[in-house]
Amino acid sequence: MSLARRIIPCLDTDGARVVKGVNFARLRDAGDPVALAARYNAEGADELVVLDIAASRDRRPTFLETIRRVAAELAIPLTAGGGIRSLEDARAVIQAGADKVTVNTAAVERAALISEISREFGRQAVVLAIDAKRLDDHWDVMVRGGRESAELDAILWATMGVASGAGEILLTSVDRDGTQLGFDTTLTAAISRAVTVPVIASGGAKLPEHFAAIFSEGAADAALAASIFHDNMQSIRELKQYLATRDIEVRLPC
Amino acid sequence: MKITLLDYGAGNVTSVARALQRLGADAQRSNSPEGIANAEAIILPGVGHYSALIRALDQQNLRASLVDALHRGVPFLGICLGLQVLFKSSEEAPELQGLNLLPGRVCALPSSVKLPHMGWNQLVVAAYLPLLAGIDASSYFYFAHSFAVTDPGFAPCATCLYGTQFAAVVEHKNIHAVQFHPEKSGAVGSRLLQNFLAFAAAAKS
Repeated sequence: MSLARRIIPCLDTDGARVVKGVNFARLRDAGDPVALAARYNAEGADELVVLDIAASRDRRPTFLETIRRVAAELAIPLTAGGGIRSLEDARAVIQAGADKVTVNTAAVERAALISEISREFGRQAVVLAIDAKRLDDHWDVMVRGGRESAELDAILWATMGVASGAGEILLTSVDRDGTQLGFDTTLTAAISRAVTVPVIASGGAKLPEHFAAIFSEGAADAALAASIFHDNMQSIRELKQYLATRDIEVRLPC
Repeated sequence: MKITLLDYGAGNVTSVARALQRLGADAQRSNSPEGIANAEAIILPGVGHYSALIRALDQQNLRASLVDALHRGVPFLGICLGLQVLFKSSEEAPELQGLNLLPGRVCALPSSVKLPHMGWNQLVVAAYLPLLAGIDASSYFYFAHSFAVTDPGFAPCATCLYGTQFAAVVEHKNIHAVQFHPEKSGAVGSRLLQNFLAFAAAAKS
């Protein structure tokens, strides 16, 4: 008996609709966030993440309304983010019904954002999203939707973020994202062993074996995926049953 | 019967309200001493920092009416921080006084495990009355906390193991409290809330 490893579907939205991309580019429509949220809640997802990948100022009210409608469907935790630049942005997302908020580019530019949200809502409400890309002998932090290098070492940034008050790391491998080649176990294990908070691995998932590997070799506490769940390539229920046969502790839905 | 949700301004009140609505309960929010004094049953949801809840109780003059209601036997359910404030004090804010209704203190979970304790964990159940009635012993509940009552001065109904053993479900007469979040714990969490509603309804009649 111990803490179960979590399976987390992610809804990347343009504010109102779920969209899909490959390597952070080439978006296409993948469905209604509210309908998908209800389905994942029923299928045994352990949490849900909703991101506003467009994150434009004028679409923000639309995104907050999406959070409200998604939260109404859930009896599991909800994390929301994308374009969170201030404590006020975080408060709006939490008041709309999110339990946790992700911060990314704005936190790289101003790490105090992490401590501000953490002081107000508690460490458990702050998820530091890190988009990491292999560069020579280390991993570089990428910002602005994975397009620009922050010229910052990802392991260093993860430990700094936790010291500032982040309660969780959402780690996306930019190299693997959208490739369906499997999670980056080396990157995830390196970050997971460097920090004292849970790490959610993201980017590259396709097969059940990929999930088994990220929990065993990758030392991830949770694994996140999007399109394989949206497209019904992988049912959450069957994925968890598979992981249980591999002696990985999961919460099996009743 | 009416359930009064103590809305102290920083919490997961909306998700608890929604979970109660799904169960058909008549839940209303209150942050006034009169609202607490007249409550038929009280739920105190909480999340975040211990000091935020204690300060809110004191600044909004809710402490006395809450303690009085609990002494009068009003059915009560505390969630997460709503469990922690029932005890004497917390290491998270040692300068502040808890409600001191139950013996024990809130301590930091050990640094040998990743913190916060975030995710779904199982209970070690000692007694099934009444919050856990009908709930399978292997069920998982959703936790999100770094502090817990690791050394209660009585036997909790259920404990959880994460780095150390701590109180996960406590029940003493009309006072019920859980360290996890039933409003985020899927079907079993909903069942637990339903059990509390049934207890509160029985206490009224």
